[in-house]
Amino acid sequence: MTTDAGGEAVHEAHPDHGHHDIDKDVKKYIIVFVSLMGLTLVTVAISYLHLSIVPAVLLALFVATIKGSLVACYFMHLLTEKKLILWVLALTVLLFFFCLLGPWITELDPITIG
Amino acid sequence: MTDQEQQTNHAGEHHGEHHPEAGFWKKYWFSVDHKVIGIQYAVTGLLFLLFGFTLMMLARWQLAYPGEPLPLIGGLFGDSRMPGGVMLPEFYNQLGAMHGTIMVFLGVVPLAVGGFGNYVVPLQIGAPDMAFPRLNMASYHVYFWGGVIMLASFFVPGGAAQSGWTSYAPLSVIADSGQTVWLIGMVFLITSSLLGSVNFITTIIQLRAPGLSLMRMPFFVWAQFVTAFLLLLAFPPLEAAGVMQLMDRLADTSFFMPSGLVVSGQVATEYSGGGSPILWQHLFWFLAHPEVYVLILPGLGIVSEVIANNTRKPLWGYRLLVWSVVGIGFLSFIVWAHHMFLTGMGTVMNAFFQTTTMIISIPSVVILTALILSLWGASIRFTTPMLFALAFLPMFAIGGLTGLPLGLSAADIHLHDTYYVIGHFHYVVAPGTLFALMAGIYYWYPKATGRKLSDRLGKLHFWPSLIFMNGIFFPMFIVGMAGVSRRLYDGGMTYSHGQDILWLNEVMSISAWGLGLAQIPFIVNFFLSLKTGEKVGENPWQATTLEWAAPSPPPHGNFATVPTVYRGPYEYSVPGTENDYLPQFEPGGPEAEPGADEEPALVPAE
Amino acid sequence: MSSDAASAIPYTVEPRPDTGLNNVKIGIWLFLASEVMLFGALFASLILLRVGAPPGTWPHGAEYLSVPLATLNTAVLITSSVTVVMAWASLIKRNLGKFRMWMGFTVLLGFGFLIIKYIEYSAKFHHGYLPSSNTFLAIYFTLTGLHGLHVIGGMAVNGYLWGPGSKMWHTAPQQFINRVEAAGLFWHFVDLVWIFLFPILYLL
Repeated sequence: MTTDAGGEAVHEAHPDHGHHDIDKDVKKYIIVFVSLMGLTLVTVAISYLHLSIVPAVLLALFVATIKGSLVACYFMHLLTEKKLILWVLALTVLLFFFCLLGPWITELDPITIG
Repeated sequence: MTDQEQQTNHAGEHHGEHHPEAGFWKKYWFSVDHKVIGIQYAVTGLLFLLFGFTLMMLARWQLAYPGEPLPLIGGLFGDSRMPGGVMLPEFYNQLGAMHGTIMVFLGVVPLAVGGFGNYVVPLQIGAPDMAFPRLNMASYHVYFWGGVIMLASFFVPGGAAQSGWTSYAPLSVIADSGQTVWLIGMVFLITSSLLGSVNFITTIIQLRAPGLSLMRMPFFVWAQFVTAFLLLLAFPPLEAAGVMQLMDRLADTSFFMPSGLVVSGQVATEYSGGGSPILWQHLFWFLAHPEVYVLILPGLGIVSEVIANNTRKPLWGYRLLVWSVVGIGFLSFIVWAHHMFLTGMGTVMNAFFQTTTMIISIPSVVILTALILSLWGASIRFTTPMLFALAFLPMFAIGGLTGLPLGLSAADIHLHDTYYVIGHFHYVVAPGTLFALMAGIYYWYPKATGRKLSDRLGKLHFWPSLIFMNGIFFPMFIVGMAGVSRRLYDGGMTYSHGQDILWLNEVMSISAWGLGLAQIPFIVNFFLSLKTGEKVGENPWQATTLEWAAPSPPPHGNFATVPTVYRGPYEYSVPGTENDYLPQFEPGGPEAEPGADEEPALVPAE
Repeated sequence: MSSDAASAIPYTVEPRPDTGLNNVKIGIWLFLASEVMLFGALFASLILLRVGAPPGTWPHGAEYLSVPLATLNTAVLITSSVTVVMAWASLIKRNLGKFRMWMGFTVLLGFGFLIIKYIEYSAKFHHGYLPSSNTFLAIYFTLTGLHGLHVIGGMAVNGYLWGPGSKMWHTAPQQFINRVEAAGLFWHFVDLVWIFLFPILYLL
């Protein structure tokens, strides 16, 4: 445990964010940043292919998911996050999909007049 | 720098003595103490319950005596609402919509979660306060102002919201400005709930005292824990939907406005069309179904505590209870479209939601059965809280059982939107949840005030309430099965198929007014006992859970020293002990059964 | 007055042994979970409205929206995500000066996002493209508008931590680090939402 200039006891942050580890993390952040920029260009480039709607949507979501995962795993530290948080997020993602797809699936084959 | 930050950084140093005595506003209105905030929520919630109930007592005049002027007070409402004392249909609709809104969002949830949850949970887990006291204070204030906004809606041109508490589009979109005020009020209330739920979940996970593993928590805490998750994850879609309805109303968007809409003979050209009224229903019920579990779960938790305490036995099937409540929480997210069986989703989707709805009844029955089995062989103390808890059981059973035909989509064709539905959900919420909340008030009032409520006035409150509750809501099943629709201004007077049973409208209304009178002993008791109630010490009920280790009422910080938990929450009538109860927080006593608590204590008992 | 040691709220800063987390970390993730559901409902609405639209009536994003501006905004937000995590890393390395630089960049990039958004919106209004014009524009304005409000909120918090809030570094550094991390998590979430919004609204 170190103290800063004010004599205040400073707790070390999580063991995997010790002083020397943070430099490794910073390198990872830079790599992720470059990847994100590259994937953004890929996203725009794909749109110029003018694919039909289904492959266009799937591909766009696929790329977005990769980008989002990079942000979540590295910038938001989810790769090294505690289980409790991961379980809460897993539950949330599941319910997110219920909310996202529920109305659409429910209305796929409605009864209509005539 | 706040107290909290000072204490975190300078643990052990005493800064408290240097603070001047807080003024009235800081101490009572802007308090960050969970007990003060809990009482704020409880009192405000009770006032809203009374107001929301009064709205319906007023509406029931119109249902009992359609078109008749209301004597004595009828003239007070003005010509825009009750000209000549006769209720206008528009005003009837306002009473209906606001009764539902106020009871659900301003009454029951604030009392059950904001009131009981805030007051009891930190005490029951041995914590000094909630994890985020200032956030807690903010949650209350956002609720309070949301309530003020809702009340103000009665006074805007056109009156309060009048499209049902369900605010279905397109009617709600073309309604008068009261609906806009309703939507803004809902945004406040939803925000308050979201902030509160973050607090509850963090508190329960992080602030449990040493030795209090999850499976040693009182069932009340489990119930609040699951409830908080429901609020956290189910409310946001309604917030989004509320924003979209506001956009439809104020910016003329067409989220919920279909193409080709004709209003009062005129084509609605201000809307682009292309929207979906069904979308509103999906988003609304995605919240509102979990919301009804929010309404019942805290009540189940309270009844569990009161039953264990007054049977002097452990609850039957604690683990079953825990898994059932978690199961209910999860399943509640996939049943919502049973409110939409008649919207033409098709047989496949109807079958899916019917199936999930039938499945969710299983954990509910498990919980009710466990509570009933807890009475077997018990030495029952018929205290006032226990009377309410006991009555809860058959009332909740009736509510639950009458839900079954509604959950079956074929039967629902006949019953949907009839009084049967109103009877079903009121049995669960009124002689169900409200009775549970009353049990909670009688049970925890001594902890909060240091005095017991009068037992005599309690019984005078209980028995008429039980009778009148059934007088109001049982006939609704009959009227509903006869085919009388809900939300009818004239109570079904113009329906030929309703003629034989219309007399029941008067029975229900008189019962409603009787129920109102039956609350007077409670109101008197509540205030009188503050001064004249029997004074009590820390544990007047000889209970086992942690809140009874603190003084009555507990001081700021709750416990003189952080308590340690040595056993499960319901160690009553343990063989070999001197008393018929062994509190969680008392060391010593016979060893727990091997394997009874599989999770190791956080800190080994001394 | 009860003992202050007993009334202090535990695990506000230091982690609880069995969960490994402090209260603020849990609190912010729970809040983000609710935000996921909020945007989820809006995306659900987008899906239902889109599949319900008669064939050929739902416009391609580029018909109304500026792909170059939105691509630029995507780059702006991604960059600001990196700067905010660098701000947090600077605090781990005990460098307040670097923290203020990186956090300052984050706030400026946020401003940049909002300015570009303002340019986008005013161009639309100028062309008479309003939320009421059709359901595509309605959901576009609502989704990006709500996202924009979250950007403003995040900037307010980031600005506070850059400015007056940074005083806490001298009195309670670990607590300040935790707050910066929480604010960073919120900011990354805002970025994450945009990563999905961008292709869904502009490119499909």
